[in-house]
Amino acid sequence: MSARGTLPRRDFLRLGAAGAGGLLVAFTFPSRAVAGPSRAGLDAAAEAVELNAFIHVGTDDVVTLFIHKAEMGQGTVTSLAMLLAEELECDWSAIRTEFPGVDPKYGRSQGVYGSSSIRGSWNPLREAGAEARERLIAAAAARWNVAPSACRAERGAVINTVSGARLRYGALADAAAALPGPSNPRLKDPSQFELIGTPVPRLDTPAKVDGTAAFGIDTRVPDLRYAVIARCPVFGGRLARVDDARARQVQDVLDVVTVSTGVAVVARNTWAAMQGRQALEITWDEGRYAGNTSDSLRRMFTDLTATPGDEARAEGDALAAIASATDARRVEAIYDVPYLAHAPMEPLNCTADVRADRCEVWASTQGQSAAESAAMRVTSLPRERVTIHTLYMGGGFGRRAGSDYVGEAVEISKAIGAPVKLTWSREDDTQHDTYRPASVVRFSGAIDEDGWPAAVHARAACPSFRGPRPGVDRTAVEGLANMPYGLPHLRVEYHNPDAGVPVSYWRSVGYSQNVFFTESFLDELIAAGGRDPLEARRRLLAHEPRLLRALDVAARAAGWGTPLPDGHGRGLAVSDNIGSFTAQVAEVSVDRDRVVVHRVTCAVDCGQVVNPAIVAQQIRSGIVYGLSAALKGAITLTGGRVNETSFGNYDVIRMPEAPVVDVHVVPSRENPGGIGEASTPGIAPAVANALFAATGFRARRLPIRLPATS
Amino acid sequence: MAVEFTLNGSRRTVDAPAEMPLLWVLRDTLGLTGTKFGCGLSQCGACTVHLDGRAVKSCSVPMRNVAGKAVTTIEGLSAGGPHPVQQAWVALDVPQCGYCQAGQIMAASALLARTPSPTDADIDLAMRGNICRCGTYEAIRAAIHRAATLAQGGAR
Repeated sequence: MSARGTLPRRDFLRLGAAGAGGLLVAFTFPSRAVAGPSRAGLDAAAEAVELNAFIHVGTDDVVTLFIHKAEMGQGTVTSLAMLLAEELECDWSAIRTEFPGVDPKYGRSQGVYGSSSIRGSWNPLREAGAEARERLIAAAAARWNVAPSACRAERGAVINTVSGARLRYGALADAAAALPGPSNPRLKDPSQFELIGTPVPRLDTPAKVDGTAAFGIDTRVPDLRYAVIARCPVFGGRLARVDDARARQVQDVLDVVTVSTGVAVVARNTWAAMQGRQALEITWDEGRYAGNTSDSLRRMFTDLTATPGDEARAEGDALAAIASATDARRVEAIYDVPYLAHAPMEPLNCTADVRADRCEVWASTQGQSAAESAAMRVTSLPRERVTIHTLYMGGGFGRRAGSDYVGEAVEISKAIGAPVKLTWSREDDTQHDTYRPASVVRFSGAIDEDGWPAAVHARAACPSFRGPRPGVDRTAVEGLANMPYGLPHLRVEYHNPDAGVPVSYWRSVGYSQNVFFTESFLDELIAAGGRDPLEARRRLLAHEPRLLRALDVAARAAGWGTPLPDGHGRGLAVSDNIGSFTAQVAEVSVDRDRVVVHRVTCAVDCGQVVNPAIVAQQIRSGIVYGLSAALKGAITLTGGRVNETSFGNYDVIRMPEAPVVDVHVVPSRENPGGIGEASTPGIAPAVANALFAATGFRARRLPIRLPATS
Repeated sequence: MAVEFTLNGSRRTVDAPAEMPLLWVLRDTLGLTGTKFGCGLSQCGACTVHLDGRAVKSCSVPMRNVAGKAVTTIEGLSAGGPHPVQQAWVALDVPQCGYCQAGQIMAASALLARTPSPTDADIDLAMRGNICRCGTYEAIRAAIHRAATLAQGGAR
């Protein structure tokens, strides 16, 4: 318990499992014996034996499952534990989970992004469970001197099927660990799954209900100092000079140090650090983007779309098809969306302790490997001298895939020679995000003589995460260039504008804006042809059986085509991101100047379901998240700086506005798809299309603002 | 200044600036990290605690206003046995990331203390100051109704 941070990586794993710690890194929290064990009372006091990178078995029969990913609410801890436990045949009530450190045995890059945890772990983790199970069986068979085929595993024990004898895993672990692993562990047939496919309660719920769950921001270590950083309000700007005399006089302020992103104030508590920061007198060199406003950027993007861009998709001859269409069969429209902040509930933060020969980092991060790289870069320490502790994230949504805040904390600790917790204020979080990029798409399209959509030409202007560079950024056009509709003529072009605003992954990434653009403009074409939105989509998705099935399930469940109250309308949208297939029907009306979303029906085919309760949670979550963007969110700029500061002017969906979401999981035996980002893209267009159906108003810009009524 | 108050049933005295918010005394000075920092501006509800039984945003309560009062945090909510709100939260598996849930639970428990059988409209009014970015609102609403039933001795 006292050997804090001095252990090499491997001992850390052993101690973490065998020590009196809980989930995460409880041995670094001596004052908090229950820093988040996944099951009350399972603190694994007994000696534990490592069977493989993911599974340790204690002599007390408690099984520790190592979750090499991270938890931001998406249910990874529970779902990955289910994959391991399904094949291990352990007793689900006698497991505990733990986040290991960064280690190559968990793959090249540890992190959670792209809704990839289940997809990437589906085979490896079941195989790890099966491998451990077969070794436990082999150990029992040797003990009984029978063939392994005469044994089977069941609820944490091996049963001798001939004699009926029974040996608990805890009594077999030592012998099993000494055996060579089977080369080809046999995986269960899905028909035999006992855990997978069932709504197992989340392992992290109890700790998240009694306040003991340890988030990154809750880290406490001896001698801890607290810091905030003043950063240049203009993107691309830098520190010119600072006068910290007044800041140093603030009660409880300990130090002021310059770091690469600005000026850090270090204090005895976070509040004092914030007071100290307010007392700094700083002159910034604002740099070359100081003249930007969000309006000027949007005009620049829009002007770009008037010129040909790089070709991202070409089917048939869209330009000719549209040019030859009569005015009545041609539709043109310009769509745009703003920059968006992620606004996770837990503001960015990181605790770091840099010493001459080592560096420890405690972080709520989506990118453990990225955090390790950041710490190595700042300290110049080798990999084996850097330890990353993974803690629960209070939301991530893509923001925590970055490691800027980790590098900052490590810089401060290195400068002051003491452990420090860096906390971003909500204003920092809102004004120094890496934003979902603003984007403009100029569309033209044509319908055929029967009124069906026949041609679409789209020119997108959307900054790439990789900065200004030639060529098509596939991430910026995903959901547009690869739209699933079988249009005879489709042309997509791309421009990469230099806007100087930091941009990065935001839940569902390019799909977050492009599905709004695609599904809304398609709806315009369908309306121009006088066709039914469901029937037209069905025709254009005839070659996409999984989307088609989701569409049919959602439409039927929502009662598509049945009468609605006066003033209500229904809208449709589909999305096929992250290997899953969703269809949504939104029902909306207008109350004075406000769009009211009454109900959303969402059907999802995400392949083999691991935990249907978590799937339903994620579908609802993604819809509420996307609805904030559809109805509320916009980051705007004046003088190169962000105007919005907090939830007061960057508001999000709150309880009274949250719709009822009706989730339908389409049964599937396909390999699992992702789920965390599946439902976010479709909600904005489903609402916009429903608004059109209800009122005739076509929303071509997010967030949706109704036209002023006179 | 030395501030004396009752915290989760025990008398405490802390030395803190009079204007220092309760939130930071709880988290940084006393190490009670169940109460969360979300915005510092009373706009998100993550820091909700009970002050003399009333739900308040601890980020905006200066210590001078805490003197002589009783503070209950998430760590002290179940002091008298498992609180129905927490039981309902577990039964319905409400949390996702979980960061806002301590604040949600404190707001919900204060609501039920004065309105034992809240309507949906009561819930909307009481909970609109508590943001959940994971969008667990539907589950929270159901769990509040469940807790109301539990508190009144109802089975399930």
